[in-house]
Amino acid sequence: MNLRAVQSIYLYEMHRTWRTLWQSVVSPVISTSLYFVVFGAAIGSRITEIDGISYGAFIVPGLIMLSLLTQSISNASFAIYFPKFVGTIYEVMSAPVSYFEIVLAYVGAAATKSIILGLIILATAHLFVPLHIEHPVWMLVFMVLTAFTFSLFGFIIGIWAGSFEQLQIVPLLIITPLTFLGGSFYSISMLPPLWQKISLVNPVVYLVSGFRWSFFEHSDVGVGISLAMTLAFLAVCLAIVSWMFRTGYRLKT
Amino acid sequence: MQNIISIANLSKTYASGFSALKGVDLNIRDGEIFALLGPNGAGKTTLISIVCGLVNASGGSVTAGGHDIVRDYRAARSLIGLVPQELTTDAFETVWATVNLSRGLFGKRRDHAHVEKLLKQLSLWDKKDEKIVTLSGGMKRRLMIAKALSHEPRILFLDEPTAGVDVELRRDMWNIVRELRADGVTVILTTHYIEEAEEMADRIGVINKGELILVEETAALMNKLGKKALTLQLHCPLDAIPDTLSGYALELSADRTELTYTYDTQGQRTGITSLLTDLAAAGIRFRDLHTEQSSLEEIFVSLVSERT
Repeated sequence: MNLRAVQSIYLYEMHRTWRTLWQSVVSPVISTSLYFVVFGAAIGSRITEIDGISYGAFIVPGLIMLSLLTQSISNASFAIYFPKFVGTIYEVMSAPVSYFEIVLAYVGAAATKSIILGLIILATAHLFVPLHIEHPVWMLVFMVLTAFTFSLFGFIIGIWAGSFEQLQIVPLLIITPLTFLGGSFYSISMLPPLWQKISLVNPVVYLVSGFRWSFFEHSDVGVGISLAMTLAFLAVCLAIVSWMFRTGYRLKT
Repeated sequence: MQNIISIANLSKTYASGFSALKGVDLNIRDGEIFALLGPNGAGKTTLISIVCGLVNASGGSVTAGGHDIVRDYRAARSLIGLVPQELTTDAFETVWATVNLSRGLFGKRRDHAHVEKLLKQLSLWDKKDEKIVTLSGGMKRRLMIAKALSHEPRILFLDEPTAGVDVELRRDMWNIVRELRADGVTVILTTHYIEEAEEMADRIGVINKGELILVEETAALMNKLGKKALTLQLHCPLDAIPDTLSGYALELSADRTELTYTYDTQGQRTGITSLLTDLAAAGIRFRDLHTEQSSLEEIFVSLVSERT
């Protein structure tokens, strides 16, 4: 295994984060803080507790998950699309690096950035609301699993995209609505019965639910189902990316 | 000399149905400078891209250093450095970081001394902390070479290395290539500039419409296919070429002071002796004479047009 190549790509990608620190870390933290101000303090103060959890605390897992999903996709899709766009991808493709190593390096770097961001948001949230995490290990498991799965998904979008518009279209038109409708800011038990059933089609519901369980032992669906759904999505993404590299889809002619 | 690259029956048909390579066979010798000549769309870049792993071949096989480029891609690619035609760089990264990334991609441990030596050789050392976006076109071209050489490859592909660069930089590039050859690196370059191939290459391959038309030692190719022109500077201007010399297809210059006779160097008889005798008989005297070999460009044009 060419571990030096993995390390080189990983460190290069991480270095890009520090180079663009403002957009990579600071702006998501500011926007999350704004969510707390608007939903947590302004609107949240008028909402009663949900299953004994204050609304401000209730939305923390959802907010972290929202950032994890969007940032994982954005980091990974941009990381592979940009070299494709400017042409520097030739260097990676002509190096003695296996497809697994390429994915590991890019997805690893994207997931690391998202996890760091998630932890920063968690720390920021702690400034606004008192938090007690019931299952810290499971919280980390869900965080890491989600970051890797959606970084992989972003990587697929980055390979598929033929333009910057296409790069944006999946996160904007699919991921953001699914995340907002996935129980980030509410419990799906608050919805009418029909919408509760429809919500179960949304994979983000399972992610947010499992993640929230690790905080408060409160979940909309069973934690086992949440974990299984996340792993299933990971398996689907792995299968797609493996096919893309095997066939050279949009990477080789 | 041992072959470092062996290409057998290589073909490539793109999804559009365009056949870019049609059963190419080619061996590149260890340590030589090989120039691949051909017009636009001849298949030069496709050939290089397949060897470097950027394009999937439709058929045939390629080995580099005895390693199959598909089955044993790690060993094969470790030997190869590629300088693509386009100046593709991460504009906002520094020279130092990008060259070290290239070295790392090939699994080589960090070696600051080697990278420093490389950047100094390519006159980029004082720019090592600069962002690539601030470099001139010539510097970027040299940076691409530094990246390709960062992992100490035994084979270097230069795809149109001097396309669109000024004369001075072109000379610099030629010197760099010669230094590389002196270090034992095999260099394969594609070019439109016949002068470049003529000046530097040990051997030349001519490719057209996906077929390798010929592969020949540069000097032998010149001798084999070249024509020579004998130019005579006349003592006095000549009004017209006498009828007695009509069999020589002579050309009279516009100022009527030079006569040019073109002959085939491969012909059994060049006709020079009889021409000089007949000139003397016609009373035409000349002050000086010189011969000139036809350029590789003319050879190339004639070869390509023969096949079309």
